[in-house]
Amino acid sequence: MSAKHKIDLYALTWRLPIILWQLIFFVGPVLFMIAISFFVVKNYRMTEAFEFVNWQRMLTRGYFWDSYWYTVFIASLSAAIAMFLAFPAAWALAFRASENLRRWAVFLLIIPFFTSYLVRTFSWYVILAESGVLNAMLGYVGLGPYKMLNTHFGTIVGYLTLTLPLAVILQTVTMANIDKTLVEAARNLGCKPLATIWRVVLPLSKTGFVVTALFCFILAFGDFVAPFYLGGSQEPTLPILILDTTKSGQQWPRAAVVAIMMMLTLFAVAFTAIVLAYRKPKGAR
Amino acid sequence: MQGRGLNIILGVYVALIFTFVFAPIFFSLVFSFNSQRFPTIPLGEFSTEWYAKILTDPDIWQAVRNSVIVSVSTALLATTLGFCTAYTDFRYNFRFKGPYLALILLPPTIPLIIMALAMLAWLSRLGLSGQLWSIIMAHSVLTAPFAMAIIRLRLHQMDPDLEAAAWNLGGTEWQAMRHVIVPFCMPAIVSSLCLTAAVSFDEFAVAWFVSGLNKTVPIVILEIVQGNIDPQVNAIGTFVFLTSMTLVVAAQVIFISRQIKSHS
Repeated sequence: MSAKHKIDLYALTWRLPIILWQLIFFVGPVLFMIAISFFVVKNYRMTEAFEFVNWQRMLTRGYFWDSYWYTVFIASLSAAIAMFLAFPAAWALAFRASENLRRWAVFLLIIPFFTSYLVRTFSWYVILAESGVLNAMLGYVGLGPYKMLNTHFGTIVGYLTLTLPLAVILQTVTMANIDKTLVEAARNLGCKPLATIWRVVLPLSKTGFVVTALFCFILAFGDFVAPFYLGGSQEPTLPILILDTTKSGQQWPRAAVVAIMMMLTLFAVAFTAIVLAYRKPKGAR
Repeated sequence: MQGRGLNIILGVYVALIFTFVFAPIFFSLVFSFNSQRFPTIPLGEFSTEWYAKILTDPDIWQAVRNSVIVSVSTALLATTLGFCTAYTDFRYNFRFKGPYLALILLPPTIPLIIMALAMLAWLSRLGLSGQLWSIIMAHSVLTAPFAMAIIRLRLHQMDPDLEAAAWNLGGTEWQAMRHVIVPFCMPAIVSSLCLTAAVSFDEFAVAWFVSGLNKTVPIVILEIVQGNIDPQVNAIGTFVFLTSMTLVVAAQVIFISRQIKSHS
């Protein structure tokens, strides 16, 4: 075969670009963000330093922890709601729909990911407003008007715009891949439909479901648009805190502290979720 | 089985979920042709006022121009990077391949607001922030994984012996790449160009942080929405939606139709 260095040149042409690019524009920014959390701001200018003053300031403030726990709470709640709302639809698509119909449904649900989330959020703003579409409709049947904007409800509707299509797609794919003969066997042996879901379908789809819930949590946890525009940001979530600290205060080091805390939380949640997802059920070999 | 009744209930339920998912897109479209300043039902008159308004706004035209430059450049860059990585993963085994793949696949799992802050701080440090190319650099990191995934799926369908056959027939590795691998991946490459362009076209968090005074379309939307209710957003939204839809459908049609062809 040809000389060794020649092979290397060819291989490196394909291997190196991404390494260089990601080192400069992905690893670089993330490491630098960790570094600036130790910098100090003097006279509105960021100066290099190695001090813990930003960490101390943020982590001893009540408003940071209020915001932290509120974000964890509302992101978990919205992930749980997305999982529950998606399940019946995903079950129907996985077990009752033809393969063709299922493929179309998944294709349709992919569309929202490539359409502007901002525009959809603005649309919800108009739909949910005091004199908006939904209250007008409810008015015809003698209900309302309800206050839906600037509430937790508004925030969750925004999060669901992001997560519900994903939850339906991933749950459907997970359940469609279950060995159907196992489900039929359970039914033939006299297992009731709900018991079949609980004792056969859910255990078999555990990994897929935990990963789905994890994605829903990550998306909601990092989103600033829904809590800002639909939730009214009275209780700022961590992303809103980053936004405010960076954009108005020029306090990049403090924003970096918040961002790092968010990343650590996500790592912890993801790690727990993956351990849960791949743990063998009790009694299994 | 107690089929019929349950099927109807489930059918209605699935329809409700789809209604929830598509309601905002639907109402945005309807309201873009509605005369009311604060849109609600009953609808006002049919009007193209908002379209006329955005079409005569030079700021919006500038934003469209910026968005096109950013998304086209991002698509080319991300697809190139994605292709190189997908091919490396397909062809080679080496030490540290795990970390290598993690390097490209990790960015989408980090919330955009964090990437936005990190990019802003880093690019300003390098003196690269506040330009259109700042957005392009950031977007290519965010979209390269999608490109890699699509092209890797296509390579998965290729018989590895095909490349070896080309070498045996006397072709160099470069010739095999040019005459065998690239043509085989073409549908995936085109799909990847469309999808990465669509993602970049809609991305606002990172773009907003690093762009300085260069506004793209989503940044203009963000700023209008921050002011107050302005139905112009619906008109812009419809335009944005049509652009993204065209790209996504094109990507799907090109990719799926080839997929079917290659199986028959």
